[in-house]
Amino acid sequence: MDIVVCIKQVPDAASVKWDHKTGTLIRDGVQSVINPFDYNAIEAALSLRDELGGKVTAVTMGPPQAQDAIREAMSMGVDHGVVISDRAFAGADTLATTYTLSRAIRKLGSVDAVFCGKQAIDGDTAQVGPGLAVRLGLPCVTCVGEMEIMEGGAGLRVKRMCEQGYDVVEVGFPVLLTVLASLNTPRVPSLKGKMRARKADIPLWSAEDIGAQKDKIGLAGSPTKVFSTHIPKFEARREMLPGTAEEQVDALVDKLKEAGII
Amino acid sequence: MSNVNYFLTEEQQMIVDLARQITRDKIIPVRARLDETEEFPWDIMKDLAQADLFGLYIPEEYGGLGGGCFENCLAVEQMAYGCIAITTTFAASALGGYPICLYGTDEQKAKYLPDIAAGKRLVAFGLTEAGAGSDAAAIKTTAVEDGDYWVLNGTKQWITSGGEAEIYTIIAMTDKAKGARGASAFIVEKGDEGFNFGKKERKMGLRASSTRELVFSDCRIPKDRLLGKRGQGFIIAMRTLDLARPGIGAIAVGLSQAALDESVVYARQRVQFGQPIISFQAIQHMLADMATYIEASRALVYAVARTIDAGAKNFSKLSAMAKLFPTDVAMKVTTDAVQILGGYGYMKDYPVEKMMRDAKILQIYEGTNQIQKNVIGQALNKEYARK
Repeated sequence: MDIVVCIKQVPDAASVKWDHKTGTLIRDGVQSVINPFDYNAIEAALSLRDELGGKVTAVTMGPPQAQDAIREAMSMGVDHGVVISDRAFAGADTLATTYTLSRAIRKLGSVDAVFCGKQAIDGDTAQVGPGLAVRLGLPCVTCVGEMEIMEGGAGLRVKRMCEQGYDVVEVGFPVLLTVLASLNTPRVPSLKGKMRARKADIPLWSAEDIGAQKDKIGLAGSPTKVFSTHIPKFEARREMLPGTAEEQVDALVDKLKEAGII
Repeated sequence: MSNVNYFLTEEQQMIVDLARQITRDKIIPVRARLDETEEFPWDIMKDLAQADLFGLYIPEEYGGLGGGCFENCLAVEQMAYGCIAITTTFAASALGGYPICLYGTDEQKAKYLPDIAAGKRLVAFGLTEAGAGSDAAAIKTTAVEDGDYWVLNGTKQWITSGGEAEIYTIIAMTDKAKGARGASAFIVEKGDEGFNFGKKERKMGLRASSTRELVFSDCRIPKDRLLGKRGQGFIIAMRTLDLARPGIGAIAVGLSQAALDESVVYARQRVQFGQPIISFQAIQHMLADMATYIEASRALVYAVARTIDAGAKNFSKLSAMAKLFPTDVAMKVTTDAVQILGGYGYMKDYPVEKMMRDAKILQIYEGTNQIQKNVIGQALNKEYARK
């Protein structure tokens, strides 16, 4: 089994601050962490490898510091890792990102399964997984909440979680899955894994290394244009309703009707 | 504000970081529930196994990490910050595993250590009996040679992880007439003929750990389960305890630190007489004492553990000190933490009442603190006799 897991470094949600003038994130001094859903993708990849054998390679696009994310994935048991890193990748939207990731994954060679988190908590698009599947020509199952290996390792039987239930999907290899937090509990890192990760050589692949066309990467390859960003204001009004409980309920019902809520 | 620099190596810092991560993510969220239900912490034992922590002290050739007493102390200190019942379950496996590491034959090591290092099988250490606590030489469990077997009879009491562990290091009398020199150590496995467990004890604290009687009724084990030489049992037990005691000190340090952190956070937010209570000198002085005693405990534990790892020969006195002081500090600090949190501290909604209940065992198990003082006092007597 050649398994790939795509991960992303995102700002630590616990320490994020906003620049209210520009409406953007203040990234200075904010720690980067692995996107939470990607831990579940890592665990899914590792458990598949543990069952069927093979190796897991973690792939990320980002600045050279993204090696830290790869090392963390390796401390959990991921075998190899690569960072796709080039200034030319800057400003990529999901279209350019899926192109870039697909080039890198093709360079890795044959692949039986690709795991992605459902979405990244910074952009929240949930587009990269499906987009990457199209680029790689793989069947794609999104929002996987349960996964089991079919008899003889012929494929995977997964539950695709929907708003009002789930679909059971049987899919053969190769395949790309995007996973939910409910899929599994990510394993803790191990000391031996940490030591191996510390010494591991994690290559940085440039646009040239993956043979990327210049007009398909970074800002140039991104049709998405951001015209403005703003921070939504949360304004809550409070009103105390006087009277007995019955009077309060009547007044509340009137107000909810007035507001068009009921 | 600087912390004390204990000059940890990169690998030692890794151990600290990993144990802290497991404590934060896995132990703290479940500790109150496990304390309430007395449920054995199997899930967390699996996490600790996955993290390679059971192999910390086991040589690399048997799948361990080849660390020493100090590395073990660093790990248990972090875990104890979350829950000392869970930490004790982890540490008891090392207590049972040390004798195999130190005195096992190559065959015994090859048979048991890889599984112990991988955390696949927990180990327990069986010395204490109903009539033999501080007076460990008074044990009554016997082992009699019978052809190719040893036959064990007797009952061990208050054995940590009894029933849950699969490998047991047992001290039994092989030559009663010789007293302490008539004791030997054995490896007994769960499932051995004639080996059964008594009831699970209900305890004041340390409730997520399992404490049971071990009952041997004509328990037949093969000859090659003798650990070390015949008659060496008491030495094996004492050496094991000497090596493990700084770990108890480290558990005390972790617990104390948790109690201090809870106290300072609370004292900064609790307002009385129009100001946070930390602004009152009465509270400040309590916190100052707690913090100072804790740092002194930590420094003592680390220094003794490093001395042991550097190859010290006779370290009974030092390891007794490294258990005595931090565990007395833990009792005081956790009691003061409850005092600072006042009525809230006495409620189960806050973690300090559990910390105080748990702390008491530290002054009792692995040799009461009175016994530690005996060890230190007797060592002083010997040292000064030579001068």
